[in-house]
Amino acid sequence: MLVGLDVGGTHVDVVLVNHGEVEEKVKVPTQSDNLLESVLSALSAILKNKSPEKLHRLVLSTTLGTNAIVQGKVDPVGVIVVSGPGIDPEEFSVGDHYVPITGYVDHRGREVKPIKRVEVLNAAKKFEKAGIRQVAVIGKFSVRNPVQELTIREILKDKFDHVCLGHLISGNLNFPRRIATTYLNSAVQPIHTNFFNSVRDSLQKHRIEKIPFILKADGGTLNLDASLEQPVQTILSGPAASITGALLDPPDSPTTAVLDIGGTTTDMAILVDKVPLFEPLGIKIDRYNTLVRSFKTMSVGIGGDSVVRVEGDRITIGPERIGPAMAYGGPRPTPTDAIITLGLSADGNREKAMEGMKLVADKIGVSPEKAAAQVFEKTCSEILTALNRMVKEINKKPVYTIKELLTGYQVDVKSLLVVGGPAPYFASKLCELSELDAFVAENPEVTNAIGAACARTTCAVTVFVDTEQGFLLVPEMDYKERVSQTFTRQDAIGKAYSLLRKKALALGCSENEIEMELVEEMEFNMVRGFYTTGKNIRVKAQIKPGIITA
Amino acid sequence: MKAKHPLALVFFPAFDWAISPTHPEREERLLYTQDQIFEEGLFDIEGIVEYKPELATIEDIQRVHFCVPDERAVTTESHLISAGGAITVAEAVLNRKVNRGFALVRPPGHHSMRVVHGARGFCNINIEAIMIEYIRDKFGVDRIAIVDTDCHHGDGTQDIYWHDPDTLYISIHQDGRTLYPGSGFHYEMGGPNALGTTINIPLPPKTSEEGFLYALEEVVLPALDDFKPELIINSAGQDNHYTDPITNMNFSAQGYAKLTSRLGADIAVLEGGYSIEGALPYVNLGIILAMAGLNYDRVVEPDYDYEKIKQPRSNTEYIKELCEEINEFRKNIDEMVPKVRAKGETKTRNRQIYYDTDNITENQIEEVVLCNDCAGALKIDSQALGRKRICAIMIPRKACSICRDMGYRWFEEADRRRFDYVYLQDRPAKKYIAR
Ligand SMILES: [Zn+2]
Ligand SMILES: [Zn+2]
Repeated sequence: MLVGLDVGGTHVDVVLVNHGEVEEKVKVPTQSDNLLESVLSALSAILKNKSPEKLHRLVLSTTLGTNAIVQGKVDPVGVIVVSGPGIDPEEFSVGDHYVPITGYVDHRGREVKPIKRVEVLNAAKKFEKAGIRQVAVIGKFSVRNPVQELTIREILKDKFDHVCLGHLISGNLNFPRRIATTYLNSAVQPIHTNFFNSVRDSLQKHRIEKIPFILKADGGTLNLDASLEQPVQTILSGPAASITGALLDPPDSPTTAVLDIGGTTTDMAILVDKVPLFEPLGIKIDRYNTLVRSFKTMSVGIGGDSVVRVEGDRITIGPERIGPAMAYGGPRPTPTDAIITLGLSADGNREKAMEGMKLVADKIGVSPEKAAAQVFEKTCSEILTALNRMVKEINKKPVYTIKELLTGYQVDVKSLLVVGGPAPYFASKLCELSELDAFVAENPEVTNAIGAACARTTCAVTVFVDTEQGFLLVPEMDYKERVSQTFTRQDAIGKAYSLLRKKALALGCSENEIEMELVEEMEFNMVRGFYTTGKNIRVKAQIKPGIITA
Repeated sequence: MKAKHPLALVFFPAFDWAISPTHPEREERLLYTQDQIFEEGLFDIEGIVEYKPELATIEDIQRVHFCVPDERAVTTESHLISAGGAITVAEAVLNRKVNRGFALVRPPGHHSMRVVHGARGFCNINIEAIMIEYIRDKFGVDRIAIVDTDCHHGDGTQDIYWHDPDTLYISIHQDGRTLYPGSGFHYEMGGPNALGTTINIPLPPKTSEEGFLYALEEVVLPALDDFKPELIINSAGQDNHYTDPITNMNFSAQGYAKLTSRLGADIAVLEGGYSIEGALPYVNLGIILAMAGLNYDRVVEPDYDYEKIKQPRSNTEYIKELCEEINEFRKNIDEMVPKVRAKGETKTRNRQIYYDTDNITENQIEEVVLCNDCAGALKIDSQALGRKRICAIMIPRKACSICRDMGYRWFEEADRRRFDYVYLQDRPAKKYIAR
């Protein structure tokens, strides 16, 4: 049996899945000041009368890191950046202790300008004086040659608790994002480590020996130990949980939009051939663009509890939530009140809901029922408008080869899969307005927890080969080897697969769930003068995203 | 960080296209530029928007060129994307989605002339001209200036706009006596109907930042002030760089960025530039930042040494005299055009044009109607040696009735036995006929 647990803003959802079937589901309220207690009470509720030995896998998805970042309750971080020429590194400043220093590695990974030891030591002194325990070190093009980051860590490692290096976070190019991501990683590391060590201890007290996995923003998991090194990968896993849950039984359609309708927002994602589309670079966390791998999602401020207003003679929905629906004692009318007024849902206090709709109705001069119908239709149509915007955005994504431009896949949504608490009420209206097939997930109110339960361990590797200089590099794994002039693209692909396998196993993947795929392969002849002097090969491979059905 | 001038960027490196495996115009050309702009996170900057290029259409090409025998025969998809990328950027600018645009595309186009028998100077079709005529037809823009800062003289663009008084073409390049295509002397100033709207500034080898910026301040900017264009286009070739393998200049990334900033072009289109590691990553970064109105002070090549690339004193003196002479011409240009001309009188020029990339030699007799009211109808009798002979007739965009009638008369009279193909481009009627 698999257990998945997702901590949301209001509820902790937890499910127990056996052979692809949800056997138990539990919701407990989130105690925002005691997340640990919330997690443990949800777990003990679902494992009541179950023997812990039968538990194969336990996956947690929490808002811990995101909350800490949004509320500014993270640890101070000393940030050292090595930038060389280009945009002024001050533009990418993060935190209160940001120090650009001398040094430069170029696009080929050649060390153009060495770092100065004394500048590193001076920065360290400043950090120590400020009582800083976490340091992040990021070099421009460090994913092409991490030597300067590694040297700096050597100098600093005994002076601080943790020194995070940029090239280990992601193999992608993007210096500003690498800075932000490494900084966030360092910033949430202490709180993440404390929390999950307590979780581990408590589980052991409850005789649960299975070490939990943590859900990442890309809908995959990694084991607890690995998450302590890279907590940043796990801090925005909420949207990914629901999308992954939708993969349990997606419609048979070439392109499906997943709509996760919650209280405050609707999160959207696109499945192509039942596989979610990814962000090209990484997710945005709070105000930071990052290199954290994630599904391509878009969030709009429209949900069951969005506030309904009348401006002139126009009804507006959201984007904020002021409180619960009036049917549940809230202060202002919401789409949920419309649904109850229309008799689509029998929950809540219908009188209060009608009262809410009457507030709207009086302003536009119709009956409360008519107002409810308009509110409901407006809510659905705005969700669909946002979906269209997202699809347009995806189809505008630039490509860099003639072949891709001429034959490039264009997203054309053929069906909708609606998840989240209010999903059943919305599906038919969404279907009517969009003229697309609309499906409701089974157990839509806990799709997120199902996603956590069934998520696979995933990871990716970036292989960069420069045969002119004679090296192969996999930055995220700190792996480098000499290669000869005759090294080929096939060799690089082979290497990518073998290193990916190794990495997946280290993150807790079991041998039989490893399913690998290439996501990028490029090869360039390097010509200097009139002669071919080498090859520049770039390969990316990943564990195929998906779910465990066992 | 936020762009002061919101900028549309089409980045299309065509990673699967080359003229030949070891040709300067090969797959690898923009690889390191991509690395640099990705690593700098340029597309995350607020106000820099990346657009996916549209493909140019046959109709877009027919506004500019006479392709022999037809458009398909002399272009591949790569050319349509490159021209289309320029159009995409122009659309964004003219629809006011952004203030400025830069089409970082390949292959280039500024050596492509009005008649196209094949490729010359790595170019098949003129991507700036195709963009400009698209802008004119779709957005009704009239006066446009092109400032060509590629190291090679843009003889194709000059040819296309030689007779057009509404297009100011200014080229700064390495002196034609020392570099392909061997043209672009300062006395080349435009055809009889458009005298003064072509300006050539041929600079001696080893010219550095100082010389380029001097020519910009002394000639280019004043000429733009006089012409008052509605739109300024920069043919942003980057082969003036001190590391370029096929030229001999000493320009730098800082220089390009300063020039871009001073020029303030609305749209830039990449042309040449073949120092793919030492120059392009830094020059492109500098140009993009300068166009967006962002700080570029730290965009410097790793091996940059101001003293080492500083131009010789003799260049400084030569350029000063050259600019004076060009300005003297510009001052007296009106006196060089006869005030009264007989209606229907024509002027003829004979030329031989060599297509280095495809090894074709073309002989041309070009006849233009002298006209005070429009750009003048144009007839070209063109024979590519050992290949096709064609007659091409162009009725200009704002043709007067006499020139329009002349165009149609030429078209009727063209002897089908002498020519393999006869073409008529009727710009006011937006018509293109081949037979
Ligand atoms: Zn050139
Ligand atoms: Zn005329």
